[in-house]
Parts: sequence; structure tokens; C-alpha cells
Amino acid sequence: MLNRREFLRNAALAAGGALALPARAMPGGSKARGHVVVVGGGFGGATAAKYLRMWSNAGIDVTLVERNPEFVSCPMSNLVIGGLKQMSEITVSYDNLRDRHGVRVIQDEVVAVDAAANRIRLKANGDLAYDRLILAPGIDFMVDRIEGLAGNLERIPHAWKAGPQTSLLRSQLEAMPDGGVFAMHIPKAPFRCPPGPYERACMVASYLKAHKPRSKVIVLDANGEIQSKKALFSKAFESHYKNILDYRPNSELRSVDAGSRTAMLDFEDVKADVLNVIPPQRAGGVTGMLDVPLINDRWVDVDWLTMEAKGVERVHVLGDALFPAPTMPKSGHMANQQAKVAVAAILNLLAGEAPSTEPVVMNTCYSFVDPKNVVHVASVHQYDATRKTFLPVEGAGGLSPAANELEAKFATGWAKNIWADMLA
Amino acid sequence: MRYRTCLLVLACAAVTAAHAQDPNLARNLAATCANCHGTNGKSVGANESLAGEPKEKILRKLQEFRSGEKPATIMKQIASGYTDAQLDMIATYYAAQN
Repeated sequence: MLNRREFLRNAALAAGGALALPARAMPGGSKARGHVVVVGGGFGGATAAKYLRMWSNAGIDVTLVERNPEFVSCPMSNLVIGGLKQMSEITVSYDNLRDRHGVRVIQDEVVAVDAAANRIRLKANGDLAYDRLILAPGIDFMVDRIEGLAGNLERIPHAWKAGPQTSLLRSQLEAMPDGGVFAMHIPKAPFRCPPGPYERACMVASYLKAHKPRSKVIVLDANGEIQSKKALFSKAFESHYKNILDYRPNSELRSVDAGSRTAMLDFEDVKADVLNVIPPQRAGGVTGMLDVPLINDRWVDVDWLTMEAKGVERVHVLGDALFPAPTMPKSGHMANQQAKVAVAAILNLLAGEAPSTEPVVMNTCYSFVDPKNVVHVASVHQYDATRKTFLPVEGAGGLSPAANELEAKFATGWAKNIWADMLA
Repeated sequence: MRYRTCLLVLACAAVTAAHAQDPNLARNLAATCANCHGTNGKSVGANESLAGEPKEKILRKLQEFRSGEKPATIMKQIASGYTDAQLDMIATYYAAQN
């Protein structure tokens, strides 16, 4: 933990910054001094930790608090479930953040936030003081919304946080007999990664078609229609997977029976051999420790110029935990972009300057519809000073006209580059 | 609040100077490309590197993507989201990376 002496040293460093500055002064916010604590080492948090160090020319002390020993990527994890990639190919170490960028990485979790005192408390490592706090906690599952699901996540995996759950769903799919039923449930929007469930349905159907062709995939979607890349996924469902995939809109799950792996809807029950329920979601638990109401009791509202949570000073929130700007998706790519907005603003603020008034973020998301063909959705969002939010640029962004092999190459390139942008 | 004071000072300054532009704006804009083209334009995947490419070349490509002259899967849709001035800053930033 950051003890008092260390903290005083940092404070002294900040005070002495003016003296140290001429020798080190470079563009890039290097005047900024202080200690930033980042909670959560996913797409948002890891990017923030790296860019804080890089853009401050190591002038800012950064501590990253992350529960897991390694980063495991949700994007590309559907390919593990489909048998096209191994877990090792979607897992990245935090070593470079520590060794190359000088980020202090602590494997721990937050048990309390005292925003008035600029301090958080960790489960194992005690108190940690900060000048600025970044929370990038991702999502929590509202397991209680589906009766019978709590306590049964091994029997009915979500695999919507990559890691052991991904391997578990893959092994259940592999163990499923030919002629079996793989049923999955998609919660009502908003949820993490809007195209993700439909990509998963494609990957599972593709695997079954090749290896267990008498099997079925039943997609129970609580929404009235496919939530992203609708025409492209519809085409894949109706052409490649016509006889194997059954897509059912307006199918909200009410309860499950874990013993028999039965999904119970309002008017029917679906008995499955593998049951993959993606539960409804809300901002990660640590946001509940802030003294602010969540929008719809689920999502954090932020000032988009700084990513600072409304109603709490010096606490910035990123990623899937946010109540998004119009048409802004809950995606790893977007969390990475938001992290850079937050870092630029924090460095300005810690240097006594105003944050930039014209940030831009953009999103790119690739989905595999079969082992070789990929589709994308993209958007660019410029800050609108009048509405104080990001708005998608009209005439920009869009979809692939059709699934194609070239974009499989770019999808893989995207994954390598974004993982490196966070963690290399 | 120091931050509010800053904003106030900035607002006053804006009355006299039309644009009080953030000196790191080009860096910030260029960072929006890093997810696919690598940190500071140094790609580690199939997507092309931008670091150290001549500014005119980057800018010409972006403009050709935008006009549709150069075929693209995604870059027309992305390049169309930025203003000319933003694309110019991005190209300048990447040309200066090595």
C-alpha cells in the first residue's frame, strides 16, 4: 500500500514540480504531478494506467488495482467458445504496465471509497490515497432478476466476463452430445457488447454444424430484435445456420431450473443440454460506494469532458459502467477511447489547466459470423458543447455491406493492437 | 475550485482569443486511431503503421478514403467523422513519430 511516507514524497514531488520542470518540460502534460489510482484493469482502466504514465512522461504516480492476476479479453472470447482460439491467445499479462511503464499493480479489490477524503480502502492492502481516482469497474450481473440463477453460475454459465467462465462454457459445449440443445439468453438492452451475443450464437452454431450437426442452437432474446448489425446477423442466421439456429425475439427469461437446465419464459419452457444465460447488468459494484444515485439504478452519469462522475469530485468513471452518450456502445474499444479523454483531462487538471473542450471518441467493433468471415460496425462521436455530450457524426460510421474475409484480418489486427495499446 | 477558476479564466480569455486550443489536441486526436493502428501509430498487427509516414501521404489517403476514391472496408466511415482540421492535426502528429 501507499504509506504515509510515500505519499508525502509524492506530495513533495508535486510541490517541487516547478523546480524539476525546466529539465523535463515536454509537451504532453508533463507539468502534471500527483498520484492517480485506477480501479479495474480492463479495456478502460489498463489504457488509463498506461497513458497516464506515457503522457505525463512518468511524472504521475499510477497505482492500478485489479482483482485478477491477468487480463482476459471479452472481445475474441467467442472464438474460444467456438473452438477457434485458445484461452492463452486472449490472455495478456500486466507485467509490461509494471516493468515498462512503472505502474504499481496491486492485485486486490476495493471495499470502501471515501471521496471526501480522497481515499479508497482495499480488502488486503489497506488505505490508498489519491489525487484523482479512476473507476473502470465494468459490469456486475443482476443475477437475482432471474429466479433460480443465483448460486448456479457453474451449471448455467454466463461467459460474459472472460476467464474461467469462458473455458467452462467451451467445455460444456464440447461435452454436449450430438443432437443436443444449446440455449442462450440475451437480456434486455443495455448490456455489455451489443453485437456479442449474436456473434456467440454464430460461433456456437458454426462449431455444432461442423462437429455435431444434429444439434440445435436456440437464441432466447429478451429484446424485440437483434440489437446490433441486425441485417448482417439475420443473413448469417438464415443462410449459414438455417437448420441449426432458432432465433426467438421477445423471449424474456423469468426463471431457470439449474438441475434440469431448463429456461422458463412467460409461456413456454426450453430444456437445454447447455444453458448460457447472459444476465441483466449494471455498473460494477464499486460505483455503489460513491455517494451518488445511479441512472435507472444501474449506470453512472459523467461529465463527458473529464469523465468525472457527476456529484463526486476527483472521481472519474469509464467504460461499460456508464450511462452512455447517445448511440455510444458499451464496448472495450469505447472504454479505451474514454480512458484517453479522462487521462488528457486529468493531466491538464493536475497541471492546473482546463481540460480540452473538443474531445473525440470513436468505436470499431468486428464480429465473426463464421470462422472466416467478419462484419463491422463503426462510429465517430464528437463532443457537442451545447448539449454537453458526445454525439455521433452524421454521415460517418456504418456497417460492412456484407460479411467478408478481409475484415477477419483486420479484426485480428484490431485485437493485437488494442491489447498492446492497453498493456504493451 | 481550481478547475472552475480555470474554466472561468479560459472563458474570459476566449473573449479576446478566438481559439484557446489545448496544446495536446493533436496527440489526443491521434490517440483515437491507436486501437487499430497501434500506440503512437506503431502497429503490431495487420493494420498499417502510421508512425513516421509523411504527413502529405497520410492526409492524401484519409482524403481519398473520405471521398471514396480509395476503396476501404471501414476507413471511409471513420475518416468521414473528423473535420479537415482534425485530420490535418492527426497526420501531422503521426508524421512526427519515429
